[in-house]
Amino acid sequence: MNILADLFLTYFRVGAVTFGGGYAMIPILEREVVKKKNWVSEEELLDYYAISQCTPGVIAVNAATFVGYKMAGVLGSVFATLGVISPSIIIITIIANMLSVFSDNRYVTSAFKGISIAVCALVFTTVVGMIKKNVKNIFSVILAVFAFVAIGILNLSPIIVVIAVLAASLIRFRIIDGKMKKSSKEATEDSEK
Amino acid sequence: MKTFLLLMLEFFKTGAFAIGGGLATIPFLKEISENRGWFTLQELTDFIAISESTPGPIGINMATYAGFKAISGEFDSGLWGILGAVIAPLSLVVPSVTAVLFVAKFYEKFKTNKYISASFAGVRASTAGLICGAMGSVFLAMIWNAEVWKATGDFLKAVNGVEIISFALLTFCIFKFKKIHPVAFIGVGAVIGLVFGL
Repeated sequence: MNILADLFLTYFRVGAVTFGGGYAMIPILEREVVKKKNWVSEEELLDYYAISQCTPGVIAVNAATFVGYKMAGVLGSVFATLGVISPSIIIITIIANMLSVFSDNRYVTSAFKGISIAVCALVFTTVVGMIKKNVKNIFSVILAVFAFVAIGILNLSPIIVVIAVLAASLIRFRIIDGKMKKSSKEATEDSEK
Repeated sequence: MKTFLLLMLEFFKTGAFAIGGGLATIPFLKEISENRGWFTLQELTDFIAISESTPGPIGINMATYAGFKAISGEFDSGLWGILGAVIAPLSLVVPSVTAVLFVAKFYEKFKTNKYISASFAGVRASTAGLICGAMGSVFLAMIWNAEVWKATGDFLKAVNGVEIISFALLTFCIFKFKKIHPVAFIGVGAVIGLVFGL
């Protein structure tokens, strides 16, 4: 089969059967992309996931773009990306159309009011997981609290917050890195004496 | 026509600045809801629920639903909505595909660059705060009814007891039973809503 069609269909299948995206996709990708197709090794796949966290956008999509690029260049990346997002577009469009018919129904409204409680609980638990994983020192606590205040209380645009956080992290790293280089330089000078 | 261009622009911006997975798009969607009025905060919560209960990456699902709502509301037609449902997720992935192509070219350098990993680690730390900040008003509206307070002047009467207790119980269960899929909890939420006639 043509590699572009293969990329599209394989990722279409992955997008259609995984719930939740992101890391939930890894086991299925291991089966489809690593074992069945031999497109990438397991280490490469995990590497792509790690790097996808350092690129903007949806992690699962970025990882698909990576594999597509590796297999067939720019066109490959486009086909893999379209493959992984197409099932979502089809399924959500159907559901959205159906629900818009019932949107005034009293029972549907009640059900969704109850569902929003579950959503708040789910988002809350996900955020707790994120804090455990990504907030590890005082500096990152400051960043997280700053982001919360900026969005929740000051109502700033999230774009401004992201740019500010990027800048602050870079400046902090620059200072620490500079100090480390300086101290290691002094240490070598000391030992030379 | 203008709405379509705005839709592209808004989701392009979201795709370029949302870092740290699908839920990281929530603060951006909230801003879109406030600035453009394409959907309400309650509808945004509905998007999250449906995106968690259907296959596919959550960020893509939410963008698709939001795009559908934006355009179908504008033209008052579900058929036009389909176009919005296609445009929004495509606009969302354009920046990330571009970024990934760039990164893939300089893969080795990018992988070991300390500045990049330090700055993105910072953004990932802030993502938790961004999401909490965006969900704060949804949460507040859920546990406390400002309209009742305005009408009666009674602060305690405006507190939604059922919601608070259900939230606490659901949160406890999600932490306790990590293996159970989110769809199950969303189903429980729907039952609570129906039983208590929320």
